[in-house]
Amino acid sequence: MRKHRIWALVIKEILSFVRDKKSRYILIVPPLLQLIIFAQAATLDVKNVSMGILNRDNGKQGFELCQRFQGSPTFTKITYLPSVDSIQPFIDNQEGVMVLSIDQLFSKNLEMRQPTSVQLILDGRKSNTSQIVAGYATQIINQFSTDFGTRLNASKETLRAVPRTWFNPNLLYYWFTVPGLSAILTLAIALNVTALSLARERELGTFDQLLVTPLGQFEILIGKTIPAMIIGIAEGSIIILAAILIFGIPFHGSFLLLYGSMIVYIFSVVGIGLFISAVSATQQQAILWTFVFMSPAVTLSGFATPIENMPTWLQYVTYANPPRYFLIIARGSFLKAMPAHIVFNNVWPMAVIAVVTLTTSQFFFRRRLQ
Amino acid sequence: MTQEINQRKGTARRLRALFIKEFYQIIRDVSSLLICGVMPLMLLFFYGYGISLDIDHIKIGLVLEDTSPDALSFAQALKDSRYFDVTISRDDRAFSEKIVEGSIKGIVIVPSYFTAFRLKPSETAPIQIITDGSDPNTASFVQNYVTSTFQGWVRSEASLNNWNIAQTYADTQTRFWYNEELQSHYFLIPGSLAIIMTLVGTLLTAMVVSREWERGTMEALMTTPVRISELVMGKLIPYFILGMLSMVVFTLLSIVIYGVPFRGSFLLLLIVAGVFLFASLCLGLLLSTLAKNQFVAAQAALVTAFLPSFMLSGFIFEITTMPLWIRWITYVLPAKYFVTNLQTLFLVGNVWKLIAINTFFMLILGLIIFAVVSFKTKKRLET
Repeated sequence: MRKHRIWALVIKEILSFVRDKKSRYILIVPPLLQLIIFAQAATLDVKNVSMGILNRDNGKQGFELCQRFQGSPTFTKITYLPSVDSIQPFIDNQEGVMVLSIDQLFSKNLEMRQPTSVQLILDGRKSNTSQIVAGYATQIINQFSTDFGTRLNASKETLRAVPRTWFNPNLLYYWFTVPGLSAILTLAIALNVTALSLARERELGTFDQLLVTPLGQFEILIGKTIPAMIIGIAEGSIIILAAILIFGIPFHGSFLLLYGSMIVYIFSVVGIGLFISAVSATQQQAILWTFVFMSPAVTLSGFATPIENMPTWLQYVTYANPPRYFLIIARGSFLKAMPAHIVFNNVWPMAVIAVVTLTTSQFFFRRRLQ
Repeated sequence: MTQEINQRKGTARRLRALFIKEFYQIIRDVSSLLICGVMPLMLLFFYGYGISLDIDHIKIGLVLEDTSPDALSFAQALKDSRYFDVTISRDDRAFSEKIVEGSIKGIVIVPSYFTAFRLKPSETAPIQIITDGSDPNTASFVQNYVTSTFQGWVRSEASLNNWNIAQTYADTQTRFWYNEELQSHYFLIPGSLAIIMTLVGTLLTAMVVSREWERGTMEALMTTPVRISELVMGKLIPYFILGMLSMVVFTLLSIVIYGVPFRGSFLLLLIVAGVFLFASLCLGLLLSTLAKNQFVAAQAALVTAFLPSFMLSGFIFEITTMPLWIRWITYVLPAKYFVTNLQTLFLVGNVWKLIAINTFFMLILGLIIFAVVSFKTKKRLET
């Protein structure tokens, strides 16, 4: 009998979401937009770089170095600067992120087998981009230097650092972003669904109607939790499917482990959603509180920038943040074939958070009724 | 003549009344307080500390298969670098599990034949750098920093012990202007000011004004002698003042608390912020007029203002790297121009040409949205 009652509530909840135009909108438009734009735009890669070259050397070597930059796929727009004075306006007005400056004696020094140097000037306003660009440029210059040495038949390279990348050999940025989205978008959906559903019922007055039904408080809470669960898992699955089928990201891990952890993850999020809806009086407040919770939760999850870069005290705060753990599992399951014991290490903290948030929200909820 | 003066007086009186009403509404409403005070503070706090691209004390594992003095001296060089926290082991089995777990970001291997190969003229002595590609940005930083630590070590050992190494003919001297210490928060914090202003400008007006439409108080205002232009002004000006106040407060906070240098002029900052705020407020008004209720207005504000200002403004992700069709979208975002202006005013100074061009585009976008708002508000009332 009891199972039957909860089931009826679950069906009602899902129908009310699917039939309502506004709710349908939230379920479909923002996640889709984010999936398309995040995957394409959220990248710390650097491509299509504009740069300037000030070549004061009239010799063959300076020309050859410039040619190497011309030939590089990273530097798509190269402007030749006429004088030293034009460097500053070029950088200041952001016509390019970098200027390569080759001095008059470059070819002469090299032909006399004298070591020489070139200068790179970078725009520190974008320190991340400039560091990456400087890395590319240094590689080109080093290669030039090595080739020059080889041609002179001088001693060959005796020591070398050989880089190798595991899990993502071509360092494709969307292999990093898209699996992470399954954590972030599931968070947004599950939170919105739970936070808004109670606030809306309260605003419309239908909440009182629910209370006079034979359903107990606990059953109402379960009836609100299950639909969020179903919708969250559906949304998460769409993203995982899109990652595999559309973006072609390899999936090396276990689906069973991934879905098992996703259920625990959504439980912990639903607890927070119920808490928000218990403390907010109107839908507007629920929307705002959701936002107030979401933005730090995303910032501190490691989705955009790594947690290790944060100050130590803030890293401790992230231990209370559910998406932090699920992000590790999602990325690990896709790229690293994460084994069960490591997945479990990240699941139990979410389970603890879920228990805490679900019980607290139930407490607030009850107090609100009395 | 007298009639015109009377009319002007009337406008002033009516605007004053509207301002007073709006003022009470702002201070009595929890949402306004949340949007103007709590949210910006929180965002500034979390973006300031939470978003960082500075590689510092990254955990890596070092496998010393070779324990010759050479290898130990290289291990010391890595340990001395402030970029790494190094754990040393004799073999790599423990490390490959840790890299899957994510607790280390890279493994450096010095093979057993390292010194032997270095001493043989026919061989090249290698070290191997393995990085965790599941986080590409950190992976390429680890790769670059280990490589340059290694090269630096080779050079200093070579000059100390007369090693025979290949001559570096062309050396590179790199200088980062305006941010010598490469602090990422120097450019991230001015960028987050732009996001905060977007929230105050667009989300606040969109929600507050759509509530008036929803409750029908907008229509009630229409029945008073207030004109539409006055009504729009009566909405824009109080929120404009509020927005500028938060701009000043949060700029001071970024300078005082986060120590971000400010090298431009404050007056220019106020002008630039004013133009941006005008555009965001108009967008907020437009959304509230188009949307039928608060819910849709809030969602629309998040999708058209907050997300783009975070993702597509160049605040953190480089615009030139994005595909062409997304780059086209960024041109119609006021936030893109504002982020550049803020980063320039904070770190470089008054670069007149760049700031003038960017401000001009923001102004044009603002005026276009303003024209649409005036038109739509009128139309909505007529039908």
